[in-house]
Amino acid sequence: MVVLKWRKMIDLTTPVSESTIRSLKVGDEVAVSGTVFTGRDAVHKYLHEGGKLPSGVSLNGGILYHCGPVVIKDEEGNWKCVAAGPTTSIREEPYQWQIIRDFGLRGVIGKGGMGDKTLAACKEHGCVYLHGVGGAAQVLAQCIKKVPNVYFMEQFGAPEAIWEFEVVQLPAVVTIDAHGNSLHKEVFAASQAELAKYL
Amino acid sequence: MNVLQDSLLELIRRASAEIPDDVHKAILDSLEREKKGTIAESAMKIIEQNIELARSKSQPICQDTGSIIFYVDCPVGFDQLAFQDAAREAVKTATKKGYLRQNSVDSITGKNDGTNLGPGSPTVHFHQHRSPEISVRLVLKGGGCENVGAQYSLPNEKLKANRDLDGCRKVILDAVLQAQGKGCGPGILGVCIGGDRATGYEFSKQQFLRKLDDENENPELNRLEQDVVETANKLGIGPMGFGGKTTLLGTKIGVLNRLPASYFVSVSYMCWAYRRQGVKLDAEGKVEQWLY
Repeated sequence: MVVLKWRKMIDLTTPVSESTIRSLKVGDEVAVSGTVFTGRDAVHKYLHEGGKLPSGVSLNGGILYHCGPVVIKDEEGNWKCVAAGPTTSIREEPYQWQIIRDFGLRGVIGKGGMGDKTLAACKEHGCVYLHGVGGAAQVLAQCIKKVPNVYFMEQFGAPEAIWEFEVVQLPAVVTIDAHGNSLHKEVFAASQAELAKYL
Repeated sequence: MNVLQDSLLELIRRASAEIPDDVHKAILDSLEREKKGTIAESAMKIIEQNIELARSKSQPICQDTGSIIFYVDCPVGFDQLAFQDAAREAVKTATKKGYLRQNSVDSITGKNDGTNLGPGSPTVHFHQHRSPEISVRLVLKGGGCENVGAQYSLPNEKLKANRDLDGCRKVILDAVLQAQGKGCGPGILGVCIGGDRATGYEFSKQQFLRKLDDENENPELNRLEQDVVETANKLGIGPMGFGGKTTLLGTKIGVLNRLPASYFVSVSYMCWAYRRQGVKLDAEGKVEQWLY
């Protein structure tokens, strides 16, 4: 059985340098602070097909969050994020490598892990996959202190829009590092071998 | 808002923000079981913290507030059309209040009108009975766990699964292996043996109305339910697929007759953020009793 020992919480503040990213290893728990943009299915397909990022959105040195939040307007007309856990990342597997390569991404927050193309892009360009706790929408929404902007709201709808979040200490675990290691591959192989014993 | 709409709005709010007690207990047990000082334990602690926060703030446990599925048991003569109208209004209001995410997308145009109303949303299943009782159960099922559901047609040569309970066991465990952490484990399985492709999946979802600590009336299926959970928890997939001791919190299996030519095993996966609530209503639509 794969057992990941908790070591310590490592602070990551955007923009993140390549050397910081390359110092991370599978199993490290990180706390993300700074500006984080969301992007999920519609945004990935759009960028893959050659779409441009709106002015105001920069992913360079940045961390992209696979998330479709619940956001409402408060009495003063400001956006308030009421629920914001990660969505399943594997759906972005056909596109993610290209977005890492072309936009200078240093981190992707999501859940469920990603595949070989993303693993290779992380190694080549210096990026990590950060696994949030899926379903933990309240704990993670508490880390979102401000929602300064939203882009593509009309075009893609609220869950699929690009939301700009100011986050403080959002917890996640490195499950794909920039050295070619993937916890997901490791756990799959170990669990598959284990299952064979009981069939 | 009429009385029925108010009751359904409160049903949606509680389903979205509050984990039922039986599921909460299973989550606390699994938190105990995980090895201290591991990432798996850390994930379970965040889950527990999240459950408390959602309840106290009356906000969604998970941002994916899921497919909205009502199950209504009602007497003969019950006005189903009026119920459907009330359910739609309650869903619209719940979405405005942020109990539900704007979660319903036109499959062709990709447009999301923000109301959560459209073909198939919400879904209402009516079941008539002779008693005067009206009960409404609601399941909110997120997309991440829905995507890891699987349907097997037996025999399955690759998995060496024949048309018997051992074959069913093999494909159910394969579904657990394939799902890994992608469905937000530790998860709960709803399984249907038999039926056709549509009724099989539908009945597998109905299993989520059962409480986790109940027992299957069929002793063979009861054994299989326990065996699947015990075996899955030896695989080391763990919370979120991080590795660890708890992969499943429960498994519930139902059976439908099948055609001689077909033998489907349909597996639905529910995430730990198990949104299920129910109410008994009086004739005016007021809540008489909470069911979970």
